[in-house]
Amino acid sequence: MKKSILAVATTFVLGCAEPVPFEETFRAALESAQPGDVIEVPEGTFAFDRSLIMNTDGVTIRGQGMDKSVLSFKNQLAGAEGLSVSASDFTIEDLAIEDAIGDALKINEGNNIVIRRIRTEWTNGPDVSNGAYGIYPVQTTNVLIEDNVAIAASDAGIYVGQSEQIIVRGNRAEYNVAGIEVENSIGADVYNNTAVANTGGILVFNMPGIPKRGYGTRVFDNDVNDNNTANFAAPGTAVSGVPAGSGIMVNSNDQVEIFNNRLSGNNTANILISSYFSANYAGQREVAAEFDPYPEMIYIYDNDMSDSGKAPGLDYLVTLRDAVFGPDGAFPDIIWDGVIDPNKPAEREVICVDNGDAQLLDIDAINEFANPSLDMTPYQCRVEKLSAIELPAG
Amino acid sequence: MGDPPKDTTGQRLANRVSKACGVFAVCLLLAACGPAEVTFHTADDYPARLSDWGLVSLEGQQLTVSDQAIVYELNTALFSDYALKLRTLYLPEGTHANFDATDNFALPVGSIISKTFIYPKTQSGALLTSSDWNGDPSAIQTNDFELMETRLMVKQANGWDALPYVWKGDDAYLSLTGTIRPMTLANGKALNYLVPSKNQCASCHATNHTTGELLPIGMKARHLDRSTAVYSKNQLEHWAERGWLTNVSYEHTPNAIWGDTSQSLDHQARSYLDINCGHCHNAQGAADTSGLLLDYEDHPANALGMCKPPIAAGRGSGGHLYSIVPGQAEDSILSFRLATNDPGMMMPELGRSLVHQEGLEIINQWINSMDGQCL
Repeated sequence: MKKSILAVATTFVLGCAEPVPFEETFRAALESAQPGDVIEVPEGTFAFDRSLIMNTDGVTIRGQGMDKSVLSFKNQLAGAEGLSVSASDFTIEDLAIEDAIGDALKINEGNNIVIRRIRTEWTNGPDVSNGAYGIYPVQTTNVLIEDNVAIAASDAGIYVGQSEQIIVRGNRAEYNVAGIEVENSIGADVYNNTAVANTGGILVFNMPGIPKRGYGTRVFDNDVNDNNTANFAAPGTAVSGVPAGSGIMVNSNDQVEIFNNRLSGNNTANILISSYFSANYAGQREVAAEFDPYPEMIYIYDNDMSDSGKAPGLDYLVTLRDAVFGPDGAFPDIIWDGVIDPNKPAEREVICVDNGDAQLLDIDAINEFANPSLDMTPYQCRVEKLSAIELPAG
Repeated sequence: MGDPPKDTTGQRLANRVSKACGVFAVCLLLAACGPAEVTFHTADDYPARLSDWGLVSLEGQQLTVSDQAIVYELNTALFSDYALKLRTLYLPEGTHANFDATDNFALPVGSIISKTFIYPKTQSGALLTSSDWNGDPSAIQTNDFELMETRLMVKQANGWDALPYVWKGDDAYLSLTGTIRPMTLANGKALNYLVPSKNQCASCHATNHTTGELLPIGMKARHLDRSTAVYSKNQLEHWAERGWLTNVSYEHTPNAIWGDTSQSLDHQARSYLDINCGHCHNAQGAADTSGLLLDYEDHPANALGMCKPPIAAGRGSGGHLYSIVPGQAEDSILSFRLATNDPGMMMPELGRSLVHQEGLEIINQWINSMDGQCL
């Protein structure tokens, strides 16, 4: 295959004086890529009307910088992604993908994935008609997502789904519904990121109906501030129920460690914990029998938290805030729907909090908020700390 | 005639190849004047012109299929913007495939499958979306039909390759990067006809997304077990008689023939989902990430979409909570995604820019016939 393309390319060079636009040589390079190829994107803005697709292992795509090399899909007519990759040993760095009609960068199945200094953006700002995900590796193993910028995705700016061995660090996510989301994934370190002005800053979720049940995520050393953008997700999506004003949110996931983060100005709460029964506070949904809807072994400690909970992002939460704290009051830093597995072994902790004077409100969702509680006694416990994720490629 | 293709890679490639090979092309035309003989090409020698394969070619106005190949049809086929499809199969002399009741028939190295996408057209060149064509290639003449593209799947020693050829004038030209052909329909609407790139072929034909191996989709007993007008006999029987298929049995259940309303609604709908969705939505497919499994296997109701919340549909949910809400197609994501032609929301993701109203109608009826409710 490679040889025939080279042959045709040779014909171009010999037979034609007119230059081939980069859009065409780039697509051809992706279509005919061989392991070891480094495909360069020069400085400039390049427009595509169809998805770009790359299926070869061992390829690097490299631009000149996230503000210099821009792949624009503003006039996209076909294909559900901007760039779609199904390959292992893949690195992409130093370019931008703008205005994709669906997901900007999707990587479906692959090992050893590096996504570095990429910008994914919908340039019109938050809008329900924007594509769902900015950076979207799914069913991948050994994934490094670092120093990227993700803006205005109608679902998640950075979304890691059904993956294992994940590092998400040094990224900036803003004006997305979910800034950074780790879903149905095993073993993730999410640190040194900045999540501001999203609907929810950093989410750790499990969804039913897929084989991989996620657990084991550390969220630490992040700046998660002022995530108060009105939720602009399509109704029905997992994130559509996320209340505006959510800092870090855990839904139906286990073994999540939240520490050393700096959180402030998130108007619902700095940290939210929920079961699938309150479906990220959106209301009840049907749950398959084999799905574990309960968050457990959540460990919250040493976070620097302030100034949250003053304007909860859903009506019933406003009502609850008014009832418990008065209309000028505020939720504490942490809120939890209070739903516990009735068959939970006694020794398994649900939530442990060791975070100075930070308070947790159990909103007692299962009893229709009859007995919201600020008693911190149930959370005075410890969960064994998770070890750091180490990737082969560092 | 439809609008000519614009400045797309495939067209430029075709133009340049045809310019560069002007003298050479005359020789090819002369060579094509005899009865077409299939020539197999290895991966380092894929020809720029479709006619160099000798499988499907134009003789004047007439589309011809080599005597060494057969044409075939599927029971229910993938919807491709109302294009008609001429499918051919070529096996090398003296070889055969082994029947399999569920999986693809294993075809020998050297096999070639072709699928030519055509539209009947008006005298002014606008494309028609309905036709009474009975599958016979002898009816395909360029004054009555617009030839869009011919896709080849070629079985090499190391597996299948997919090669898109785009028709222009008297031949089709290899276009590994694909193209969009802007066309006009007889109802006045525009059609952005997508010719897939080589890698886009894999988006559907890597039915096991983990291995990434390209495979045919329709080369299965349940799709092929039917009679056709061209040969007036059952295709499996015909292939067996020809010596191309061994150990044929009939214990499988054939998919419903499209449009055969004597079949149960469930069978029609499952057959439709199988061929239109099952290449990705199967337990090893690219869309196993969704947990929604639509190939014609014995899946639990939830995996088929019943009261199943979306995983990563984004705005493809259309604001609905579940893939299928029994009795309520209007609240079901499955119907919504078939009913939209926004590339960011529609399903299938590739291969159509129009809504298949008749297919949508079957799925809606199917969902509306279901009992039960979601929370």
